[in-house]
Amino acid sequence: MQELILSMLVGRAPDWVVVFVTSLLGVVAIFTFVIFSNLAAVWIERRLLGRFQIRSGPNRTGPEGLLQPLADALKVVGKEAIMPFAVDKWVYLAAPAAVFAPAILSFAVIPYAPGLTLLNIDVGILFLGAVGSVGVVPIFMAGWSSNNKYSLLGAMRAIAVTVSYEIPLILSLIGILVLGATLHLETLVEYQIEHGWFLFLQPLAFIIFFIAGSAELNRTPTDIMEGESELTAGFHTEYSGFKFTLFYLAEYTHVLAFSAVIVTLFMGGWGSGPGLDLIPPALWFAAKMYLIFCVFVWTRATLPRMRIDQLMGFAWKFLIPLTLMNILITAIEVYVGLASIPIFLINTVLAAVLVVLWTRVVSVRGVAVNRSEYVARMMSQPTGQAGR
Amino acid sequence: MYGLGIAKGMLVVLKHIFRKPITQQYPEEHVVLAPRFRGYDFAWVESRCTGCATCAKACPQGCIDIVTHPKEDGRYAIDKFDIDTGLCMICGLCVEVCPYDALFMGRGFDLSSYNRWDLVVHKDDIGNRPQLSAYFRPPFGGQSANREDVDGLYQASTGQPKPEEAKP
Amino acid sequence: MVQPSPFVVNMGPQHPSTHGVLRLRLVLDGESVLDIEAVLGYLHSSKEKLQETHTYLQTIPVTDRMDYLSSMTNNLGCALAIEKLAGIPVPDRATYIRVIMSELQRIASHCAALGFFFNDMGAWHSPLMYFLQQREKVLDIFEMVCGARLTYNYIRPGGVSQDLPPEFYPVVTKFLDELPRTLDEMEQYLWDNEIVRSRTVNIGVLPRELAINSSVTGPVLRGSGVKWDIRKADPYCFFDRFDFNVPVGEKGDCFDRFMVRLYELRESIKILRQAMEQLPPGPWRSEVPVIFRPQAGDAYGHIESPRGELGYYLVSDGSVSPWRFHVRAPSFINLTALREMVIGHKLADVAVIVGSLDVVMGEVDR
Repeated sequence: MQELILSMLVGRAPDWVVVFVTSLLGVVAIFTFVIFSNLAAVWIERRLLGRFQIRSGPNRTGPEGLLQPLADALKVVGKEAIMPFAVDKWVYLAAPAAVFAPAILSFAVIPYAPGLTLLNIDVGILFLGAVGSVGVVPIFMAGWSSNNKYSLLGAMRAIAVTVSYEIPLILSLIGILVLGATLHLETLVEYQIEHGWFLFLQPLAFIIFFIAGSAELNRTPTDIMEGESELTAGFHTEYSGFKFTLFYLAEYTHVLAFSAVIVTLFMGGWGSGPGLDLIPPALWFAAKMYLIFCVFVWTRATLPRMRIDQLMGFAWKFLIPLTLMNILITAIEVYVGLASIPIFLINTVLAAVLVVLWTRVVSVRGVAVNRSEYVARMMSQPTGQAGR
Repeated sequence: MYGLGIAKGMLVVLKHIFRKPITQQYPEEHVVLAPRFRGYDFAWVESRCTGCATCAKACPQGCIDIVTHPKEDGRYAIDKFDIDTGLCMICGLCVEVCPYDALFMGRGFDLSSYNRWDLVVHKDDIGNRPQLSAYFRPPFGGQSANREDVDGLYQASTGQPKPEEAKP
Repeated sequence: MVQPSPFVVNMGPQHPSTHGVLRLRLVLDGESVLDIEAVLGYLHSSKEKLQETHTYLQTIPVTDRMDYLSSMTNNLGCALAIEKLAGIPVPDRATYIRVIMSELQRIASHCAALGFFFNDMGAWHSPLMYFLQQREKVLDIFEMVCGARLTYNYIRPGGVSQDLPPEFYPVVTKFLDELPRTLDEMEQYLWDNEIVRSRTVNIGVLPRELAINSSVTGPVLRGSGVKWDIRKADPYCFFDRFDFNVPVGEKGDCFDRFMVRLYELRESIKILRQAMEQLPPGPWRSEVPVIFRPQAGDAYGHIESPRGELGYYLVSDGSVSPWRFHVRAPSFINLTALREMVIGHKLADVAVIVGSLDVVMGEVDR
């Protein structure tokens, strides 16, 4: 696309106009894609969550409930936007927009098709990490400016979790960097198409990235920011109307951005596999992105919530040592100079071994008891003094 | 191994996508009620009722309001037979204790109105509903039945004449 | 840095995690609970006083509404107390039908209790929906027998009000054949789940001596290691003719209570099969007048409801209504042990512990 526009404009306009026009078109295209994906994600989540729970989701508004996200958006926008009296006004108003910005910025560096990246910078992964980290600040802005003791507590908890889980998030990517020897996202995608997806070459990194991402995004089992503050609704208690819509959309955009990053870094981006080149690569990318989103919904449907101290212990004591070991093992493999298939086999086996060993060390499991033994003990208790 | 329990749980939940959802698509599909379902639309068979007011005495809430006056042949003529369905808790005791099987439970559950006094059903419109519940009414053979079949069913099952024809 | 002093927080009467209108006043230090006080009475509707104006037959529908998640057992307790008071005999078939209804009710109630327990933990409705699907089948069975799904008014002094319909036996047998499959699936889902374990193991521990001294009963007591079940200790309704086990936990934490309830479900299936086989033909109710006057005196009828020992203490003065009608509600007594279970744990555990106690506010407040 850039070549087409370049060919039209190159002789007739100064360079900066060409760059400006192509970038503008790219931004509009990405924005449209993101907004459409948001609506699709809301629909997928509600219907899929329903099917996991043996019920149909919303299926009345529009055919099969396809207009439900639109109805939700219209409803939330139509609510009264109450601003409490004693809030810190400019921080309060800026927080929703500030939350939305980093989520959508992540979409800028992702390659959607061969040669189709809006921001083709050499430090793609660094950009993603930086933008993700910025996303912590608006949460605290929202909690602080609400002038509400419980919002502040919710925001502080949210920050603690987000900051803690950034470390395993970024560290798990270092294994990929060691293998691919570059930070450039397009090169990493091409490496995957040539050598095999990082999903197989770095299984431990994938799982850790998924868990840490799920914690960053407030998805169950780690949704302490919205569900666990059992007294109020967390840092966005005092928001209503359009500001709340922005928080809501920002959450879904964030989830979709993470899915896109997972697809790019672990599942081969726009790559389609041998011989299936009839479907355009951008569609492959979108299909994989929605598939990972469905996996997020599946996790939400199944698992109960973790408690905040268990969550922090899990990050610091369990995930971070595992990522460090992953980096060490990958570095050794690259130094020795192994091909892809041995890397895949070794990494998978070592991932399982590491997890088992580290579980024993940290003993996060609780009661490790054989079920039939437990049941037998339960059923055959001798009667105590109090009963017959 | 840490994570195995979670993986098993995720598989169990995944299997449920492939099962048919249990949602009933109301209003296209209606719930099928059991024959003995105790519902609101009471049916009162005036020909069988003698005005003994056992139902009114049995009601824990005191919903039933009966006013009678004696006729020449010694029987009672019923002036007023009101059931306050707003107060009723559908316990079915009135239907259970009626000695002449003159009061029947209905099969309605979605009654609503804009005023509390509209919920009081009077002598004229009580028993206008077609479908009756088989609750405590053995001649219906365990099935619900229509209002106009009541007398015929009772005669056929018990062989006894209608109370009107019995001696006072 | 400002040090937050212990602050008082209300887990108010309207709350998604408290089962009904239970108000908990918590004194928190950051995340840990220092003190808890339960404020009750939001659902009080003076049912005990109301019963003093009802005849003995009319008391039965009102007992339905106390523990609304297990109405059959409420009716049964009241009927037993009235029969003791007035000396009413009960035919054999009626007793077996009462056992069948009581165990079916236990299945339905434990399904609801376990489903909501996992809901409180944050598993968004998935275990709840799977358990409620089974409960719906039981409610459909009840609708087939007595016409109502929640407030049955079925078990009367003297027997049961109506005979079982002919389609009862095949429907219940089919249900009993399918239920173990769902229970196995739920165990596979939840037994091993690390998150469930870390949220319930060693949380809300009720030591054995404290449980006995607080007169806690039911799965809460059995979870703490005391094998006390009224069906075995003081058998009513021919429970000594059935062969079943009573699951007992060890530590008294939320996990043990969850497993005790799950395995009580399985034992109920066993009792049901035996009762359906042994069901004799015959009358289903002895002749009892609609209004009767028992001798002056008192009687206490107690049963093992899904929440504990449900007892009815009736005092009669020889008139048509009871002079005093007192209900020993198990959820109310179990709530008195809440304080010791919660202190020292975190805020997030309070919801889980209240869920594992399985309180129904209808019988707490009456």
